[in-house]
Amino acid sequence: MSTKSPSLVMLRRNFKHIARNPTSVFNAVLMPVVLMLMFVYVFGDAFDVGVDYVDYVTPGLMLLAVCYGLGATATAVNSDMTKGIINRFKVMDVSRGAVLTGHVVASVLTNLIAIAALVGVAFLLGFNPAAGLLDWLGVIGVVVLLGFAAGWLTVALGLAAKSPETAGIAAVPLVMLPFFSSAIVPAEKMGPGIRQFAEYQPFTPVIETVRGLLDSAPSSGDAIAAVAWCVGIALVGYLWARSTFTKRA
Amino acid sequence: MTSPAISVSGLRKAYGDKVVLDGIDFEVAAGSVFSLLGPNGAGKTTTVNVLTTLLKADGGTVRVAGHDIATEARAVRAAIGVTGQFAAVDELLSGQENLQLMVDLHRVGSGQGGRVVAELLERFDLVESARKLVSTYSGGMRRKLDLAMTLVGNPRIIFLDEPTTGLDPRSRRTMWEIVRGLVADGVTVFLTTQYLEEADQLADRVAVLDQGRLVAQGTPDDLKRQVPGTHVRLRFATVSELDAAARLFTGSTRDDEALALRVPSDGGTKSLRALLDRLDEHSLGAEEFSVHTPDLDDVFLALTGHATEATR
Repeated sequence: MSTKSPSLVMLRRNFKHIARNPTSVFNAVLMPVVLMLMFVYVFGDAFDVGVDYVDYVTPGLMLLAVCYGLGATATAVNSDMTKGIINRFKVMDVSRGAVLTGHVVASVLTNLIAIAALVGVAFLLGFNPAAGLLDWLGVIGVVVLLGFAAGWLTVALGLAAKSPETAGIAAVPLVMLPFFSSAIVPAEKMGPGIRQFAEYQPFTPVIETVRGLLDSAPSSGDAIAAVAWCVGIALVGYLWARSTFTKRA
Repeated sequence: MTSPAISVSGLRKAYGDKVVLDGIDFEVAAGSVFSLLGPNGAGKTTTVNVLTTLLKADGGTVRVAGHDIATEARAVRAAIGVTGQFAAVDELLSGQENLQLMVDLHRVGSGQGGRVVAELLERFDLVESARKLVSTYSGGMRRKLDLAMTLVGNPRIIFLDEPTTGLDPRSRRTMWEIVRGLVADGVTVFLTTQYLEEADQLADRVAVLDQGRLVAQGTPDDLKRQVPGTHVRLRFATVSELDAAARLFTGSTRDDEALALRVPSDGGTKSLRALLDRLDEHSLGAEEFSVHTPDLDDVFLALTGHATEATR
């Protein structure tokens, strides 16, 4: 094949990295599953959410799974920047964005693997969504969109960080954010202040959209807010990443 | 090919208030080796980064392979290969995979690509470790792999930024052989180094960079003619002793800051005894006595009037 696109070449490189550093995948795949077991078996009965808790929490944990993959992405992007190899790519006649696109796509694909594992476990625990095929496609669409948006923002964070360690830490707020949304418990059960934050932060409409789709009763208001947030985050992340990438020689 | 491979005129670059390159001019003939010689912090890497489109110049014009670096950066990138100071290799891939990555990015056809990888592994003596992860490679092996990666796509102009800094003498010689092989293939090489010997071994022309200016240009022989030969360095305790000794030895060079005097000598026991006897006759005693053979420090002292340490 003489016409491999540079982005595909970079993507393959990222996958080799991930395969050789399995702890990051382990973290991205295993942590959400562990959280699921913990929330469903340990805390689940304590939360009164009106429906079977596993049905309530699965959409939230799907988004948490997206976020858990981000730390590894930020670290990987930053090691690329701090380890000279980026300069090699920059002085070659290849598209400069390919390195970054490779990271974002690898991040989204890792997300999908983590979510597939999570949903598999959820079914074993009695997850019983009403969603039909179209609803599932919608769920995948929303998850990919969020992964893509968060991926670009994470790539930007990774580029801006001074070292791989700080890059990993920079992604922590993104990992924490879902906890302060309607992922684990409904926003109206939270204390004042946090409740308002949870209602208006980007993850809540995204989670509610997924929840609606899985109930086969999607709400268009949530969906529009979710898509708008994702597009906005992706755009900010993309522009920030591009400008940082150009500046750091 | 009559047009130069690289031509630089009035190149300037500053970081904030700090001027790194203060208007430098030079030309590199196609198929030759040009060496930019200078101590740490002289601006060598900045020059390489500007010439290879990694950094934007603040002033002046630079043409590489006939293309303007400011307006035709992509054409420049397509013509050059760069091996930076720190090995730009992917540690989580094997040597072979690193080369394959370059082959894929250069869009070499798959049949040909496999051959290119095999040939480079062979040429750089990396066949045995081809399947090992680069994180297990030694410094010398990384440099070799780095250079091999640069050669994928057959660039006609190659930039090597301090290719042997930190290498043991044996790896250094291997690297020199590789560079000579490139030149034999008609490749133009732009090389930066801190070592006078390296420039002497490899370069057709040498330019000496000091504090952002080129202080000398010419063939290695031209430069060596400007450098004092073997000499004795005497360090005194007081300025008056230095004064007295400087009057005593005609043709000596004094360094007032270090209270030191450089006296030309052949380094033989006879002339050394004579020198010490003369000091004795005039009741002068040096705090420190050493014999020097010429090195980069001497080139700098001769060309700039200050030693390399003072340039940082």
